[in-house]
Amino acid sequence: MSAALEAKLGQAWKKPPFISNPVFRWALFIGTAVYIIAAFSGIEINLDRIARGWARGWEFIKAFTEPDFTSRWKDIYKGIYESIVMTVASTVVGIAISIPIALGAARNIAPLPIYLICRAIVAISRALNEIIVAIILVAILGFGPLAGFITLSFATIGFLAKLLAEDIENMNKVQAEAIKSTGASWSQWINYGVQPQVMPRLIGLSMYRLDINFRESAVLGLVGAGGIGGTLNTAFDRYEFDTVAAILIIIIVTVMFLEYLSGVIRARIQ
Amino acid sequence: MLELQGLTKVYNTGDKALSDVTLSIPDGQVVALIGPSGAGKSTLIRCINRLVQPTSGSATLDDVNVTALGSAGLRKARRKMGMIFQEYALVERLTVMENVLSGRLGYVGFWRSLFRKFPQKDVDEAYRLLDRVGLLEMADKRADALSGGQRQRVGICRALIQDPSLLLVDEPTASLDPKTSRQIMRLIVELCTERGLAAIINIHDVALAQMFVQRVVGLKLGVVVFDGGPDDLLPEVLTDIYGEEDWEATIEKVDDEDEEV
Repeated sequence: MSAALEAKLGQAWKKPPFISNPVFRWALFIGTAVYIIAAFSGIEINLDRIARGWARGWEFIKAFTEPDFTSRWKDIYKGIYESIVMTVASTVVGIAISIPIALGAARNIAPLPIYLICRAIVAISRALNEIIVAIILVAILGFGPLAGFITLSFATIGFLAKLLAEDIENMNKVQAEAIKSTGASWSQWINYGVQPQVMPRLIGLSMYRLDINFRESAVLGLVGAGGIGGTLNTAFDRYEFDTVAAILIIIIVTVMFLEYLSGVIRARIQ
Repeated sequence: MLELQGLTKVYNTGDKALSDVTLSIPDGQVVALIGPSGAGKSTLIRCINRLVQPTSGSATLDDVNVTALGSAGLRKARRKMGMIFQEYALVERLTVMENVLSGRLGYVGFWRSLFRKFPQKDVDEAYRLLDRVGLLEMADKRADALSGGQRQRVGICRALIQDPSLLLVDEPTASLDPKTSRQIMRLIVELCTERGLAAIINIHDVALAQMFVQRVVGLKLGVVVFDGGPDDLLPEVLTDIYGEEDWEATIEKVDDEDEEV
């Protein structure tokens, strides 16, 4: 028996801590606890205001038991139609632009300058919230679905290009290498070595984005960028909670349908 | 005829993977490249088709200096070098036929390859090769539906349809069971003989190498330390390449029973 083993025997074993510096580790624990306490004590609860608001909230919830689809049906139909057109168009355009950017944003296939440019585009798209972009575009282009369409296309780029680029970076390198070793050109290499590996993810992400874009299109209407959100906003302004309920039910059903559809498609492409 | 002249590779990390490798391999000769893990075997064959860029030295195949070529010339040169990989490296989501035909990518244009409209003679050749390795009926199966041995055969077809004059083979049997390993090695060597191809085969299994090849090159820390016939691999030589071990059992002649390929 060696001396090193002798010294270890009979001693308890403990997993080494994740953060090895004890001062830093305890500072982090204590700091987190202090922050949580401070954060909770900072919440102001105005019971009086809640008591008054409760009645209004109840009114709203009650409207769901008798949604009114008919009296504003023309507006609802127009809003939904606009939302769907906006969603499909922005998803298609967004994906088409995302694919080349994703190729450029994958470190394992793009040279450094292109990588940096594409990562910058992704970062800008992700940094700017949809609502902010929509407000700016409504100011430039005026009210209507064009602003919403451009906003959603822009947001799709940040989402899809980033996640697709990550999938490309995680691909099996040897499969791609094998295609390269046959003397394939760059575009053939992408088509045979890379595309088959990332296709399931691309389709899955596209379906997911379609569903996100529809939900976003409902919100963008609130700032005047077209779609069902505009109709929803008008109904709120008129205190027509029964119409609001009808619109929300339509949105929920559509989102659930898209969710189901994307689930079915993703299961089939594995 | 492949000639390596002072081939050296130093990685960015400063590791010297190959140092001054000079070798000459005539047409039709099958060479086994042996050596411990990390000796630079993979780097050596990847430096020949420049999947890895050599730091200095040259690799010349049929009087073309591959090391000096630009990207278009390199693509042309790569067509002449078929490569077979350890983990088969088939594109798993493509069909067997697409994988085989991908060996023709250096010869057909982008649009033809995009729409999978390969010339009839390429398609015929793909069928012939698949028939030769006994996988004709698998042509339209997806590559990930095949077993390891079957995948490696598809990998061999992909390399051969390039109409190469050299095969670069990286650990072809490392993921296969002993029987399939022998079948695959035998197939590779037979095909090289049929077509007069030179081949470099990286291999860990010394006994398997001795069974099939005419020449063995030993690599240790990026330096060629042995170059000779399979029967010259004495225990002293293996100790020199791999370090101290009892080698008697490894290099004992194995009887080559008949297995169908």
